[in-house]
Amino acid sequence: MSKCRKLITTTALITVFGAVPALADTLGIGRLALPEEIAAWDVAVMPDGRGLPEGRGNVLDGEDYWIEQCAVCHGDFAEGAGAWPPIVGGRGSLTDERPLKTIESYWPYLSTVWDYINRSMPFGAAQTLETDEVYAITAYILYSAGLVDDDFELSHENFTEIRLPNEGGFYLDDRAEVEFPEFAQEPCMSDCRDPVEISARATDIDVTPEFPVIRFTYSDGSAPASAAEVVEEAEEASAQPDAAPEEEAVQLAALDPELVAAGEAAWRQCRTCHQLGDGARNSTGPALNGIVGREAAHSDGFRYSPAFTDAAESGLVWTEETLDAFLENPAGLIPRNRMSFRGVRSEDERAALIAYMMSHSN
Amino acid sequence: MTDMQDDAPKSPGSGPSRRDFLRTAGLAAGGAVVGAGANAASPDPLITEVQPYASFLGEGVDATPYGMPIHYEDHVVRRNVEWLTADPISSINFTPIHALDGTITPQGCAFERHHSGAIEMSKDEYRLMITGLVERPLVFTFGDLLRLPRVTRVHFCECAANSGMEWGGAQLNGAQFTHGMIHNMEYTGVTLRTLLNEAGVKPEGSWIYVEGHDASSNGRSIPMEKALDDCMIAFNANGEALRMEHGYPVRLVVPGWEGNLWVKWLRRIGVHDGPMESREETSKYTDLMPDGRARKWTWAMHAKSVVTSPSPQMPIGHGPGPMVITGLAWSGLGKIARVDVSLDGGVNWQTARLGTEPGDKAVTRFYLDHEWDGQPMYVQSRAIDETGYVQPTKEQLRAIRGLNSIYHNNGIQTWYVNENGEAENVEVS
Repeated sequence: MSKCRKLITTTALITVFGAVPALADTLGIGRLALPEEIAAWDVAVMPDGRGLPEGRGNVLDGEDYWIEQCAVCHGDFAEGAGAWPPIVGGRGSLTDERPLKTIESYWPYLSTVWDYINRSMPFGAAQTLETDEVYAITAYILYSAGLVDDDFELSHENFTEIRLPNEGGFYLDDRAEVEFPEFAQEPCMSDCRDPVEISARATDIDVTPEFPVIRFTYSDGSAPASAAEVVEEAEEASAQPDAAPEEEAVQLAALDPELVAAGEAAWRQCRTCHQLGDGARNSTGPALNGIVGREAAHSDGFRYSPAFTDAAESGLVWTEETLDAFLENPAGLIPRNRMSFRGVRSEDERAALIAYMMSHSN
Repeated sequence: MTDMQDDAPKSPGSGPSRRDFLRTAGLAAGGAVVGAGANAASPDPLITEVQPYASFLGEGVDATPYGMPIHYEDHVVRRNVEWLTADPISSINFTPIHALDGTITPQGCAFERHHSGAIEMSKDEYRLMITGLVERPLVFTFGDLLRLPRVTRVHFCECAANSGMEWGGAQLNGAQFTHGMIHNMEYTGVTLRTLLNEAGVKPEGSWIYVEGHDASSNGRSIPMEKALDDCMIAFNANGEALRMEHGYPVRLVVPGWEGNLWVKWLRRIGVHDGPMESREETSKYTDLMPDGRARKWTWAMHAKSVVTSPSPQMPIGHGPGPMVITGLAWSGLGKIARVDVSLDGGVNWQTARLGTEPGDKAVTRFYLDHEWDGQPMYVQSRAIDETGYVQPTKEQLRAIRGLNSIYHNNGIQTWYVNENGEAENVEVS
């Protein structure tokens, strides 16, 4: 704090740090934001196009970016993959029993699409796309939605000429007018309706996860003291990890624990798509237990891209060396693969990640 | 579900464990209902024999510098419904409301909703920026925020999709799963009125746009009138720093309005002359109506209540006689005025006792002290707030909104309780 206090008493530095003038009606806390700081964070785009940076991108470039960055979750044609959302389709379905809500069928404004891709996509690698790439991907979505031709280029200049089909499909909350008068009535207290019958039960559908039922001991002797069993189950569950196989312990001992720990910390950039460790399953990307030493594209049940299966057929095996090369530049080692990830620049970080993967050898 | 029934009574041996004692005590009367004041068949060894904890020493201070609940409460945890979302990083889990009482939700079991995972950010790294239509665009550090006038207020935060799985009929069997996307905490922080005054809102600044530091940013637009009315940024909840999963170090509190507006890891407040129409307020958090159009800006959470006990995870474990029926009620339009409970599926109602003084846009606890006759019950609750709004039935809601609006399902919940005291989620006609 003493450093800050010195700065504030130095007149010359007040200007540099933009100390807030002490106006009568404010407390003068905080400092003025610099133009570069505002530019870095104030990136929101409004429906009328205000906030859009200059740039451009066409459908064909957008298709390339789409295949590299987006298709793994949203499908080659933006139709969706697995449980991830479809991006196009569903026009005219909003009154169906199962409506399909997509950019094409539901989203009102193109600015929302551009802004969301620019800030938050790809999932797990947000804010890595260049401005022109965002324009190109948006153009490809418009093409996939049948809203533009394949020679279309989207730019800050023609952006607001594009209107999405469902722009007029929204109206302001009218619950106060439509619902309150009906609901805000003096409630009935007796003989309000006929005796009831059960019309639906959750147990018939049976989609609720397992849960323990809580019971207590009563002096009337009518209930089992099963609160103790709830505890017992929890204790049994927590006891299981103690029985680690001996082989794994040997393997772990050969690795530098500090490197493994560093790898675990770095793993956060991978875990969005890849599972590793006990119970690891294929998700967006394949499960990676035992990846080091295995042939490429050999996680059971995972649907690999053609680029990956081709590489495997050419004999690619994941050694420390090949993994290092892949992690450094995924698209360099296996062009047109679908891992939406730009690579790890730091050699130390790559070594740590590989050690961490090696610590999960089976 | 796993029902915790003992297979057979066990007799206490020469050195019985605590667990054996508990089993034995529960079964001492052989399952017969003896009622209040009845004699036990044999003396209770928990009373007649010296217990280990009455003889040996317990843990000293500092054994756990920051304590967790005792392990007997290990089952009182947030739970996830895996099939609801594609990935746990952009997902939601549920508060164990069936196992809690009072009104304050402990942070450690308060439901989580992340759009790109809970991020780790220190107070020293934290920056908050106010930009847009202001006289002075400002940057605050966390320390700066502590120098501004501070307030402490209790509010509920409910996800707009709470009970959203129940539109098509009874689906999830447990109060935690049907109504657990809610928590109620005491927040400490600074009002947006104070913060915006520091920046000086220009006359044309009619909206704010709030966004987080995380990859989703989860940006939302809020009218200036609401921002200046009762919104605040919070850095503490229930007396301690926010937990990471609740937006450490700073989140937004938007009393009475849907949880998606309560931006965590708050990074920026933009002042604008209109709404941003972000992803979260167009493609999501809009309510599709039967005519294919959608309501937007349905921010307020309307009056709602649920009986938390008895409920599927919290059955009646004893025989006929006195029991406590309890639950939660809340309204985003103000204070709860009254809660009624029905035991016959809505034919007859009685007014419950409010266990706490109702707070503005805060959860209220209600109790009904009931003499159970051992017969099946259809347990319902109905909240009425200070505006006169009465919590509607699910049928009333469906008649207006159809089945596909996802959000804002505040219909009356029914638990069918059978003669064994077991409860299940049902709908009645």
